[in-house]
Amino acid sequence: MKRYSAFAVAREALRNHTGWERAWASPEPKKKYDVIIVGAGGHGLATAYYLGKNFGITNVAVLEKGWLGGGNTGRNTTIIRSNYLQDPSAAIYEKARSLYETLSQDLNYNIMFSPRGVMMLAQTQAEVRGYERTAHANALQGVKTEYIGPQRVKQLVPIINIDGPRYPVLGAIWQERAGTARHDAVAWGYARACSDMGMHIIQKCEVTGIEQSGGKVTGVNTTRGTIGCDKLGVVVAGHSGHLADMAGFRLPIESVSLQALVSEPIKPCMDVVVMANTVHGYMSQSDKGEMVIGGGTDGYNNYTQRGAFHHIEETVRALVETFPMVARLKMLRQWGGIVDVTGDRSPILSKTPVDGMFVNCGWGTGGFKAIPGSGWGFAELMAKGHSPLTEAYGLNRFYEGRFIDESVAAGVAH
Amino acid sequence: MSTRLANGGRLLDKGRKIDFTFNGKRMRGFEGDTIASALLANDQMMVGRSFKYHRPRGVVASGAEEPNGLVGMGTGADFEPNQRVTTTELFDGLTCTSQNHWPSLDFDVGAINTKLSRFLPAGFYYKMFIYPRPFWKHVYEPIIRKSAGLGRAPDQRDTDTYEHFYAFCDVLVIGGGVAGLQAARAAGATGAKVLLIEQTAHWGGRAPVDGGTVGGQPVDKFVDEIVAELAAMDNVTMRNRTMGAGVYDHGYALGYERVGDHQPAAKGPRHRLWRIRAAQIVTATGAIERPLSFAGNDIPGVMLASAVRDYVVDFGVSIGDRTVVVTNNDDAYRTAITLKKNGLDVPAILDARVPTQDSPLMAEAKGLGIRVLMGHGVSSVQGGKRVTGVGVCSQAGEGAVLEEIACDAVAMSGGWSPVVHLWSHCGGKLIWDEATAAFRPDVDNAPTGAKGEAFVTPAGAANGALSLGNVLSDATSAGAAAAKAAGHTGDAVAVPEVENIDEARMAPVWMMPQGAGVKKRQKAWLDYQNDVKVSDIQLAAQEGYESVEHAKRYTTLGMATDQGKLSNINGLAILSDALGQPIPQTGTTTFRPPYTPISMASITGEARDERFMPIRQTPMYDWHVENGAFFEPVGQWRRPYTYQKSGETIEQAVSREVKATRASLGMLDASTLGKLVVKGKDAGKFLDMLYTNMMSTLKPGRCRYGLMCSENGFLIDDGVVARIDDDTFLCHTTTGGAESIHGHMEEWLQTEWWDWDVYVANLTEQYAQIAVVGPRARETLEKLTGDDISGEALPFMAWKDITLGGIAARAYRISFSGELSYEIAVKASEGRALWDALLAAGQPANITVYGTEALHIMRAEKGFIMMGDETDGTVIPQDLGLNWAISKKKDDYIGKRAQARSHMTDPTRWKLVGLETVDGGVLPDGAYATAEGKNANGQRETQGRVTSTYHSPTLERGIAMGLVLNGPDRMGEVLEFPRLDGTVMRAKIVDPVFFDKDGEKQNV
Amino acid sequence: MLILTCPCCGVTGEETEFHGGGEAHLKRFGPGSTDEAFHDYLFSKVNPKGVHLERWRHNNGCGKWFHAARDTVTLEVYGTYPAQTTQPPQSIKDAISAKRPGWSWREFA
Repeated sequence: MKRYSAFAVAREALRNHTGWERAWASPEPKKKYDVIIVGAGGHGLATAYYLGKNFGITNVAVLEKGWLGGGNTGRNTTIIRSNYLQDPSAAIYEKARSLYETLSQDLNYNIMFSPRGVMMLAQTQAEVRGYERTAHANALQGVKTEYIGPQRVKQLVPIINIDGPRYPVLGAIWQERAGTARHDAVAWGYARACSDMGMHIIQKCEVTGIEQSGGKVTGVNTTRGTIGCDKLGVVVAGHSGHLADMAGFRLPIESVSLQALVSEPIKPCMDVVVMANTVHGYMSQSDKGEMVIGGGTDGYNNYTQRGAFHHIEETVRALVETFPMVARLKMLRQWGGIVDVTGDRSPILSKTPVDGMFVNCGWGTGGFKAIPGSGWGFAELMAKGHSPLTEAYGLNRFYEGRFIDESVAAGVAH
Repeated sequence: MSTRLANGGRLLDKGRKIDFTFNGKRMRGFEGDTIASALLANDQMMVGRSFKYHRPRGVVASGAEEPNGLVGMGTGADFEPNQRVTTTELFDGLTCTSQNHWPSLDFDVGAINTKLSRFLPAGFYYKMFIYPRPFWKHVYEPIIRKSAGLGRAPDQRDTDTYEHFYAFCDVLVIGGGVAGLQAARAAGATGAKVLLIEQTAHWGGRAPVDGGTVGGQPVDKFVDEIVAELAAMDNVTMRNRTMGAGVYDHGYALGYERVGDHQPAAKGPRHRLWRIRAAQIVTATGAIERPLSFAGNDIPGVMLASAVRDYVVDFGVSIGDRTVVVTNNDDAYRTAITLKKNGLDVPAILDARVPTQDSPLMAEAKGLGIRVLMGHGVSSVQGGKRVTGVGVCSQAGEGAVLEEIACDAVAMSGGWSPVVHLWSHCGGKLIWDEATAAFRPDVDNAPTGAKGEAFVTPAGAANGALSLGNVLSDATSAGAAAAKAAGHTGDAVAVPEVENIDEARMAPVWMMPQGAGVKKRQKAWLDYQNDVKVSDIQLAAQEGYESVEHAKRYTTLGMATDQGKLSNINGLAILSDALGQPIPQTGTTTFRPPYTPISMASITGEARDERFMPIRQTPMYDWHVENGAFFEPVGQWRRPYTYQKSGETIEQAVSREVKATRASLGMLDASTLGKLVVKGKDAGKFLDMLYTNMMSTLKPGRCRYGLMCSENGFLIDDGVVARIDDDTFLCHTTTGGAESIHGHMEEWLQTEWWDWDVYVANLTEQYAQIAVVGPRARETLEKLTGDDISGEALPFMAWKDITLGGIAARAYRISFSGELSYEIAVKASEGRALWDALLAAGQPANITVYGTEALHIMRAEKGFIMMGDETDGTVIPQDLGLNWAISKKKDDYIGKRAQARSHMTDPTRWKLVGLETVDGGVLPDGAYATAEGKNANGQRETQGRVTSTYHSPTLERGIAMGLVLNGPDRMGEVLEFPRLDGTVMRAKIVDPVFFDKDGEKQNV
Repeated sequence: MLILTCPCCGVTGEETEFHGGGEAHLKRFGPGSTDEAFHDYLFSKVNPKGVHLERWRHNNGCGKWFHAARDTVTLEVYGTYPAQTTQPPQSIKDAISAKRPGWSWREFA
């Protein structure tokens, strides 16, 4: 692999960039691999990468029915944070955040991790208590966060209105080392690094069936033939239920559409990420200058990658209330992604009833920020059979009533 | 230079001069001008700088597809960035400024990037700025962010108003060109209710510019007639300045009406968002001309041929004195002919095709004396901030210059692409049309609606019909078909007779010249705003970014504010060529709403400030406001947190309220509590399933505290249930639970136990409820009633109907404070009267109105749990020592099975205890009790947490409740709670009831 | 934005009038049931790409729950029917079969 650097760019410029090689190869599938990962999104590619990097397992194929990074990796609002309340969440998201810090250097691909800080506004007394609780939990989890008052909020985000007539800002939980990254680059960077280790990334290869023998997975049927494997990792977000069906079991998952939108680009006006959960709106400004805005989910199963406009209305109303200057911006583009939601809104990284088959899914609306941590833990689970990062995320928790519920901090009105 | 012609300008009212400024320079235009036409009339060719290289940018189009002409408009609260000059109508006093340059439009230091452009190819930032690590955040990113971003951020509150409209119709026709007009006429004739919307201020689209005859008369006369005809039809509504912004599921469409943009002083809303529900939609959205890819095609003065024609015909503006036309199709000949007829010079038409015989338009151009060079193209354009000439080459070669032609404008045409955005928004599929080298709607794969029916029909140019005759016949059938699909089969209209002009077939030309070398490809622009060139797309393909989405995202092609209206087809043709595959195999990126950007304020509509969300108010709300209530939002309610007197802090006010209530008499507005009536023969049986306790054994006249769980076992609500009579219960819920618990009850009744005889009604807002609390509560009430409310007649946990101050009331003897306490419910309309009467009657007892915080403190002093504090969605009743409220006699209740799962019966679940700080201070909210060691993920082990914590004015010390591992078995043990400042608080495990453990105060 | 027709009050309204309630025709498992059965009842929801039978409540209208047969990919609504039934009426099954021959949905195919 040719290394990327300013020097390399300058050298290539002198020969009109004719010397750049493919970022990732486009190989024909082999008959069999040690490990097959289904789904070349961020989580799948990261899993493959850490299988190789941490466990030396490189006879790996990553199968993708469309184009790599084309699912939710390329459709989210790119927020990276780890200020979660519950221990298992804080562990995996903080692992992810810390890996993000050095990911550009690890991958030799600039994924533009921008630790610009993330704040979550408290606009009700219940939220104040919830975020104070989170701050206490984070301190013990090794996640650096602080609870800040409204004046500090205003200082960090001058365009915010802290005196809104309906929901004045009472405070916020602030994670200075959280931020954003360039979402596509995360998938591309991992893909390039995987390909460099000799792994096969096979795009336009849809899995149509799962082969088993004596309760153990032996391979997959695909639109490009049957491919054998010893272990199978299914990392396909909104389509997880579909793959589980093929293997003969059901997942506690439902797929819904989540929407987002961006404004036209403007000059820098907000240097941090702000999330306002009471009014359901969150916003950051991309390096291009667009205000990137997250919206809501539909309340019904939906595979269309579209959503209803009334969710956009609710989101924009909330943002104009919180950031009055947004009123004078224009919406450039809205889109939707399919997210898979579990019974406790936390992900599943687990063994399955089929020996050798593992699933990583159910990230709901929060998957992007977890990618490196999820890949790290899932690779360990697949390689060794267990991982402290994924321990709490087994399918068995739904039988035992042992949930990982992050909605707790949002509180319940009295 | 560009200038205003003496003649022409069909859209102008030359009698009305309009003054405006651009970058502070005073300029003059006419009514009817757009900013673009007025700027061009004032020889202001350059209007901005590009995103990446900061190259000079001039107007290139005349409509919504314009990528370059974006300005900041207005000042102060009216300032708005990124206004498109081609679609913004001029008005008197308009001020605008160009964007993305420093210090000035003419001299921009950022233009250094253009010199460095070979070092900044597609995706360069993925390969650079990696080392050293801290530099991305502190050095590289701030620089990149500053240089990107186009317009300045607004910094003030928008003072304009906006509104939403709902509209329902049988047929929505989007686009008011000849296709839309004719489709509306065909649909309207059947009797269907038609809504016709057009994004510009004018009807007829570009047909009047292109010319032609309909029914023997000029097409503009035809437009006038049809507009008049439609305006006279009762079943047709027409709205101009209203853009079809998006098509959504089940026939939902969004219209964006710019009501006040062109008349800012006028009263009324600035924008109006139409939420349209249509049975059928006709997309008559026209087509957009494509640029050609040749070196220097981004230099100001290079413009779409159709735009050059528009400026002459519509606005009487010439782009240049000498215009070279370069084309791969016949349509651009119309531009040459128009220019020539307006007395302007056309030194040559460079036509990339090699036709075997002249088409009528070619012959006409030649007849006017225009030199036509077949098989030729542009080798490169000369000029910097303005075109000075073109080098002519053979299209087939590598670009050797055969001749140089001096000119000050270049009109280019690469063919036409149907506007398929609205067709595609909701899933309409596309097919590749070889004849026009464009994607057009695949009418067999239309978006489908609620019944699975196709609900979008493309019409005219938007459907790939490019000649006037084809447009009108296609639109006639589209309008009739849509009306029919909507159930209207009335009269049909005839297809107007059009004298068709035969055009020679266009030839796809994606690169000019065909064999252009890398130097030329690096100067051939695809996306003008984002600076994406032919070479960038080729580099993406070379590096494996082969999917059209990869190439788009890697190069940023089509991601600018025009969303690739000009660049996408050219870009994917280049990509297909680089990959050696046919264009349809490459496919398109996804079209997403809106068609062009719409204002956020229009999306917000009227729901701003006080109207952002509804505020629910109790009958006593005005009193709270008048008496200094400090409110907290609770759901849609605002509840008084406390009532501050002058000079008091919030803490002091709360403390005063608690002490006064405990000492004498307090009063609380409890109206927000949920009040659900459950009635029917099976009401008791139903409530036995809903609550963990037994409710069916409750005697009429009595009250019982109950807990409610979800089917997943967790506590969701609590409250007092009163049995009114054998068949009737009144269930109190928490404030936040009124609607959700009502829904919960209905869900079980309707979907599981639908054969049970039970009815539920939510009467929360029908009653005002007032808690009268404290040792002097009874004597105060007795002043207002003759009814017996003694401890015997109305004991604790009983209720009674009484008359209070002449008002029929129901008094519940229940207590959330541990005091002698009555909750009085009256009709909402009499709530304020009773409130005032109680205030008066309570004067001798120093009646003190208290808020939610005093309520919370008093319940905590008594060890009563609070939903949302002691519960958080993960807590079961067994955790809270509430086993007494779980009936052992019942086989089943909602949540019972869930609570039998292994984790729920785990003896190590944290349990509720009281916590008493060693130093008397107040534990922080949400603090955790630490345990020894760390877990496998390096996180500190914990053994409990604070669920609620207060300073108790009664006990004058900190009190808290918490959930602690084996808590009830560890009374007296001291736990450590680290604070956020790093210090540690120590607290002893105690009984959660801190005050009046035996309940002597309430049982009097 | 979907359009649904409430079979109880007959009103055809926008999605915002209604509230989705997930999979229909669940069989409740209470005390005495196995962990497996209880888990499946609470969590193992069908999540079909295609025909779905689901619950809705007309919560900003008549307040009644009803069932809808809807396609999760095309969003076509094959029909709505009252919630007080253990399986869809034959007319709805026929309506689905007419559009999606060979469809299946749990045991009600």
